[in-house]
Amino acid sequence: MKLSQVKDILKAEVVVGEEFLDREVNSAFGSDLMSDVLAFVKDQALLLTGLVNGQVIRTAEMMDIKAIVFVRGKKPTEEIAELAKEYSMVIMSTDYTLYPSCGKLYCAGLVPKEVLD
Amino acid sequence: MADSCVKLHYTVDPDDFTVAGEASGAVKKVLKQLGFAPDVIRRVAVAMYECEINMVIHADGGVIDVEITPEKIRMVHKDRGPGIKDIEKAMQEGFSTADEKVRELGFGAGMGLPNMKRYTDEMNITTELGKGTVVDMTVFVK
Repeated sequence: MKLSQVKDILKAEVVVGEEFLDREVNSAFGSDLMSDVLAFVKDQALLLTGLVNGQVIRTAEMMDIKAIVFVRGKKPTEEIAELAKEYSMVIMSTDYTLYPSCGKLYCAGLVPKEVLD
Repeated sequence: MADSCVKLHYTVDPDDFTVAGEASGAVKKVLKQLGFAPDVIRRVAVAMYECEINMVIHADGGVIDVEITPEKIRMVHKDRGPGIKDIEKAMQEGFSTADEKVRELGFGAGMGLPNMKRYTDEMNITTELGKGTVVDMTVFVK
């Protein structure tokens, strides 16, 4: 799924990385726990989280996650946005909470491969 | 890169969460430049990052030495923290002694050491109460 579709489906605002909306994601992971992101994420995933701090960006960078959606209307501070820019990430913000956000993307076809196997 | 060995040294500042992850980020960049496989790079980066976070949370920072050869990447993390009371317990997923402040940052859920073990091929912990801890991890390049 293209990030531009993610944006439309979640009625999200793009905070950083408008120029990268052509990127594809194959999977998504919803969590506020960064250690679990480090433990479970597989490649080319989109991260959905309600946690907003610099460690979210650093965790994403470690896992090669190139796009993050902040749920529950959360927005990153300027400092966090700058860090995301440095890593060429896409940051979006949606007013939906985590469960509906994941549900909408799943229904639209963003289903992790291991679920289908 | 045959026979070559790259050595890197980092200092981890205590109590500064905004920079935790800088050393692992830097190592990740070096490994990319050296042309290691993405899987190897990720395993090293995650293990180091978790360890770095631990050094900030529990141990007033410390130093990290990284040795990169074509066959393996070894990371030695040394701190002068309080030491680990019960290593067996600390290795269990879900066991944590981290405080609320750390949990608010998305860590402290007891996944740190298990994650380090998960992503590395060799892991040795030497710890002494009141003196500090050394976490020595190696990822082999297959």
